[in-house]
Amino acid sequence: MTKTLIACALSALMLTGAAAQERFITVASTTSTQDSGLFSHLLPLFKARTGIEVKVIAQGTGQALDTGRRGDADVLFVHAKPQEEDFVAQGFGVARFDVMYNDFVLIGPASDPAGIKGGKDIAAALTKIQSQGAAFVSRGDKSGTHAAELALWKEAGVDLAAKRGPWYREIGQGMGAALNTAKAMEAYVLADRGTWISFKNKDGLSIAIEGDKRLFNQYGVIMVDPAKHAWVKTEPGKAFMDYVLSAEGQAAIADYKIEGQQLFFPNAKR
Amino acid sequence: MVEGTSAWRLIISGDPTLYAIAFLSLKVSLSAVVLAAVFGFPLGALIAFSHFPGRGALVVLINAFMGLPPVVVGLCVYLALSRSGPLGSLGLLFTPTAMVIAQAILITPIIAALTRQTIEDLWSEYRNELLAMGVSRMGCLAALLYDARVSLFTALLAGFGRAAAEVGAVMIVGGNIEGFTRTMTTAIALETSKGDMAMAMGLGLMLIAIVIAINASTWILSSLTKSRMG
Amino acid sequence: MTSIDNLPLVLSGVSHRIGDLTLLDEVSLTINAGAPTAILGPNGAGKSTLLNIAMGLMRPTSGAVSWGGRSDPAPLRRAIVFQSPVMLRRSVRGNILFALEQAGVARDKREARLQGLLARVGLIGLEDRPARRLSGGEQKRVALARALARDPDLLLLDEPTADLDPAATRAVEEIIAGAAASGVKILMVSHDAAQVRRLAGEVHFLVKGRLRESAPTARFFSDEASPLAQSFLRGDLLTET
Repeated sequence: MTKTLIACALSALMLTGAAAQERFITVASTTSTQDSGLFSHLLPLFKARTGIEVKVIAQGTGQALDTGRRGDADVLFVHAKPQEEDFVAQGFGVARFDVMYNDFVLIGPASDPAGIKGGKDIAAALTKIQSQGAAFVSRGDKSGTHAAELALWKEAGVDLAAKRGPWYREIGQGMGAALNTAKAMEAYVLADRGTWISFKNKDGLSIAIEGDKRLFNQYGVIMVDPAKHAWVKTEPGKAFMDYVLSAEGQAAIADYKIEGQQLFFPNAKR
Repeated sequence: MVEGTSAWRLIISGDPTLYAIAFLSLKVSLSAVVLAAVFGFPLGALIAFSHFPGRGALVVLINAFMGLPPVVVGLCVYLALSRSGPLGSLGLLFTPTAMVIAQAILITPIIAALTRQTIEDLWSEYRNELLAMGVSRMGCLAALLYDARVSLFTALLAGFGRAAAEVGAVMIVGGNIEGFTRTMTTAIALETSKGDMAMAMGLGLMLIAIVIAINASTWILSSLTKSRMG
Repeated sequence: MTSIDNLPLVLSGVSHRIGDLTLLDEVSLTINAGAPTAILGPNGAGKSTLLNIAMGLMRPTSGAVSWGGRSDPAPLRRAIVFQSPVMLRRSVRGNILFALEQAGVARDKREARLQGLLARVGLIGLEDRPARRLSGGEQKRVALARALARDPDLLLLDEPTADLDPAATRAVEEIIAGAAASGVKILMVSHDAAQVRRLAGEVHFLVKGRLRESAPTARFFSDEASPLAQSFLRGDLLTET
């Protein structure tokens, strides 16, 4: 009886692990990139081209970088340039390349409690939000978006540590969760445009501020350094990086639209 | 909830992605139950049967571990299976196998604790008769496990329910990779974060329906067995 | 057939104490082959304790027990029917087959033995019923079948017909008499004097853990018996020692 059970258990394990044999790489990316649906568009094209399967783990940028540090991913595809450069400088990544950009938008409730809707100045808007004590939802999860948000508060001259209060809600979750929370709380939230466009629960929320140059959001792609972790799949990993940086890959990125709007703007240096 | 109908349409039309996700959920949780039973049944039965110093503490520990937070188990398994971790060379992180392992760890205490309770109760009932028949220790164990099979099966069901319902462990060790480690619960979490509540709800109702179906069929099975056993 | 013999069953100086309570006090008796032997006494006399020790399920706190000269308590060709027998969660057939298996009966012989036992205890036709759903009397008969499956030369019975109605009592007594007639030594515990008179050849009278009298049935039930025995048989409650 015990023998039968063990046999069942082992074959169950083997069945579930059987797929491990095909050619694949693991890409650690961010929840906002995943939520935008870009990978569903891009990866089948890549697979058709090269036969390589890409498994995307969507985590916050902080966790994605940690995954890279552990060698649990082969390539990183994130949007936090300063942290990415640190990652390479510390020897965890081979090199970092610009791949595409989009922008952030400040989303707000229809009631616009801080009265900033339609403005073009993000710093002024944030200052007004803080001085009015209007509710604001922060990712609070060391993600690229979170890092950008903190940088913008600094830009606006707001000392968060001092001015923090019940108006500032750090939820420690991804972009989708942040948008859901902002909607439920009638709060402002900084979001990347890609996630915003593909977000399906928009009622009651709209774009309050957009177009400010400081809302620029750069994505980078990095190969995890095989010198640190010998098992990194350098050859297929490089194939992926080459693809997204190539003319073909960049065109595919530009092609990705939701409701007719382009989400990401390729800007790899050639 | 007009959008809710789009979720139902996917279910009824037999959308392959949706059914692949459901199938993976079942495969992972059922495999986890089998694995947990391999360890949980003997563990529970042996504790029920034996007396040794520290037995009480072990019972308390196993009962307590029935409530292990799935996300904590997920984190521990993640750290163990990470390439930089002790079992990294197995290359199991972000695979369904890792999910099976994490869920099996999660539900083994449930199966062990329920087995122990069942066997202990039955042993106190059967003890005198079995000893009077000169039954060996192994023979007693076999007789108890066989006669308690309906209750033991219910223990498996309880384990399955916990595994099928959790999202914390499989999300961390599986990575919610599309087409590979995306289960019903992780898909629901994803759709919720994308704001697609209708889809999330549809998946949720489908998951509940599957769990109800499994419970119903085992209830029928155990009723049939009970009528034969008395 | 094996040459295991449980007789004579000898208890010498058997005492059993639990804490301050003395359940048995220096009981010595010898059970030889022959007509059924009864251990009679009021409730609380220690009869069940004595029977469990005689079965080898308990070791007395002092004194010795031997079965056919052996002191190893393994229950070879020895069986007991408890006052409230526990049915396994199986059919009647399942219960008896289990007993046959545990008694070491070869697989190909079990079905035939099963049929024989069902006939002996009068349960033909009920073998596929869940044993736990049977009446008290029927369950007693299943327990007897399980015991007889061990082909015992010594069969111990603890209050075999307590809680049974007269019809069921009669049925069980017939099975007991039948077993005795076929050569099985019966050692039965009872508080029912009339039953003892019907079934037993000799009586050991136990009161408050002490053996008060041992006598052939005829003498025990006559006015040659001890005053205490006569008092008990008259129906007095023996509250003093």
